[in-house]
Amino acid sequence: MSVLVYTESEQGTFKKVALEVASYAKAVATQLGTTVTAVTINANNSSELGNYGVDKVLNVNNSQLDKFNAHAYAQVIKQAAESEGAKVVIVSSSADSKYLAPLLAVGLNAGYASNVVEAPSNTSPFTVKRTAFTNKAFNMTTINTDVKIVGVSNNSFGLVEQSAGASSEDFSPSIPEFGVHVESVDKASDKVSIADAEIVVSAGRGLKGPENWGMVEELAEVLGAATACSKPVSDLGWRPHSEHVGQTGKPVASNLYIAIGISGAIQHLAGINASKVKVVINTDPEAPFFKAADYGVVGDAFEVVPKLIEKLKAFKAQQ
Amino acid sequence: MKILVCISHVPDTTSKINFTEGDTKFDTTGVQYVINPNDEFGLTRAMWFKEKQGASVHVVNVGGPETEPTLRKALAIGADGAIRVNTAATDGFAVAKQLANVVQEGGYDLVIAGRESIDYNGGMVPGMLAALTNANFVNNCINLEVDGTNVKAIREIDGGKETVSTSLPLIIGGQKGLVEESDLRIPNMRGIMMARQKPLNVLEPVDATEETTSVQFEKPAPKGAVTLVSPDNLDELVNLLHNEAKVI
Ligand SMILES: Cc1cc2nc3c(=O)[nH]c(=O)nc-3n(C[C@H](O)[C@H](O)[C@H](O)COP(=O)(O)OP(=O)(O)OC[C@H]3O[C@@H](n4cnc5c(N)ncnc54)[C@H](O)[C@@H]3O)c2cc1C
Ligand SMILES: Nc1ncnc2c1ncn2[C@@H]1O[C@H](COP(=O)(O)O)[C@@H](O)[C@H]1O
Repeated sequence: MSVLVYTESEQGTFKKVALEVASYAKAVATQLGTTVTAVTINANNSSELGNYGVDKVLNVNNSQLDKFNAHAYAQVIKQAAESEGAKVVIVSSSADSKYLAPLLAVGLNAGYASNVVEAPSNTSPFTVKRTAFTNKAFNMTTINTDVKIVGVSNNSFGLVEQSAGASSEDFSPSIPEFGVHVESVDKASDKVSIADAEIVVSAGRGLKGPENWGMVEELAEVLGAATACSKPVSDLGWRPHSEHVGQTGKPVASNLYIAIGISGAIQHLAGINASKVKVVINTDPEAPFFKAADYGVVGDAFEVVPKLIEKLKAFKAQQ
Repeated sequence: MKILVCISHVPDTTSKINFTEGDTKFDTTGVQYVINPNDEFGLTRAMWFKEKQGASVHVVNVGGPETEPTLRKALAIGADGAIRVNTAATDGFAVAKQLANVVQEGGYDLVIAGRESIDYNGGMVPGMLAALTNANFVNNCINLEVDGTNVKAIREIDGGKETVSTSLPLIIGGQKGLVEESDLRIPNMRGIMMARQKPLNVLEPVDATEETTSVQFEKPAPKGAVTLVSPDNLDELVNLLHNEAKVI
């Protein structure tokens, strides 16, 4: 009857979203008067999960699962849910979890609500608040099935630390045959991804050309941030598509979003609105972004950004 | 190769989002509907398969008669035929069930859907459809090549990309990258005329239970005014971000 949570790891280490979904699972378990069981796949040290409310960990260690495979991972989580008799399964909104969740939902005959931003407002009927219309609205949704899957929006619930220990045991599910095989992975290991970043530094057409991105990258480096861009910037080929954020690009839900030379079109704002604090740097005081931002600097990016980098470096040096 | 492109009929990205009936229904007043952007990339990729490798391309929507102009647009862009399953699309699972029936009856080899629709952002229909039809599934697909029944695809992952191999029958959740923005086609007069002659079959729905129900909408709380900082006083910005916002 416990709440099951899938806690993702990368090269054995838990992702931040894993700790967030564990915290969320604990909140749901408290509402339901039950415990939290986590399932991990090839994670090194699962004891950390106890600090986020997990009571028991099912550790799956299998070299066949070294590379992510949505179908196989969904099967593993399904078997864990069945062995625990879980009625609620919690996953994150990482690209991998969003890939496997619909497969898992069909496997468990479970209703699935994605992009959920709060703990359930009611557990009977089971009601959650999710974003809709790309952050332009929220939608209260009930999940009507016996087993329910909740996909938690990144950085919406936060981490809630608890002081408890988690017991752990090995779990050996049967692994299905793969229909999709990973041939190669191309991932910059030294860069923060937009999905995982606490801070995102983003720039638009106001920067005039790709040769001017040095200062954007430097600002990102000082802040330990990921870099992003507006749609026209990626369409023009100034920056890779993977940096395009907004309604038709990647969603951003960081703690801090810094927009440089971006006008703030509705499609751009929709995708980044879930960020907690927004800063805009733009020469035009009438730019719509100023209506959506928390802090604004009306000024030329080519002067403001280098100065801001200096100020931040000085600030970091003092810390 | 028989290709089916799933088309979700969504409000144009510039639409004002309002609700009616005690915030339980989306207010469609004055809203322009379009092909879901992710599906438009997929449809264009399908047209390339048709033109370069030979394929038939059908489009499908689960929805009421109001979605037909969107299907006609897909026909004008070049799809050979359209199917509308005549039921309101209220729940991702129920939509996937209807689509599964269309896929099985039609014997499609490749189903191109979008990563998510920009209205409810469920991101669940393609994966559920794959599970219901026992097809292979690649999500966040940004590149797709088919040779016989062998498939090479690239998918976007957090912080990079992954190249995968798989085989037909396949369902993808596609997005920009399948083709570029500049490759998208605007229907011309000839396409629009031809679309009128093409079949748009209306199918009655199969039984499907709703697993989730939308009960209420809410708009985000209005935003407070922006705090402006002079470009000559950036220490203040650093101070605010550190002490007030507590984000650095
Ligand atoms: C279907 C559809 C989907 C879309 N999806 C997205 C999406 O997902 N994401 C997205 O971003 N856009 C999207 N768009 C595009 C969107 O409508 C805007 O065109 C786009 O966001 C504008 O990008 P921008 O702000 O970089 O450029 P612009 O609108 O050209 O703005 C540039 C800004 O830079 C400022 N500026 C100029 N020089 C300087 C300087 N020296 N210093 C500081 N500021 C300066 C200007 O004042 C201006 O505000 C979509 C559009 C459509 C139709
Ligand atoms: N009502 C529908 N009719 C046809 N296809 C749909 C429908 N709803 C969703 N889809 C397809 O599924 C994809 C993902 O949608 P969703 O799961 O709603 O985010 C869309 O991009 C479409 O390709």
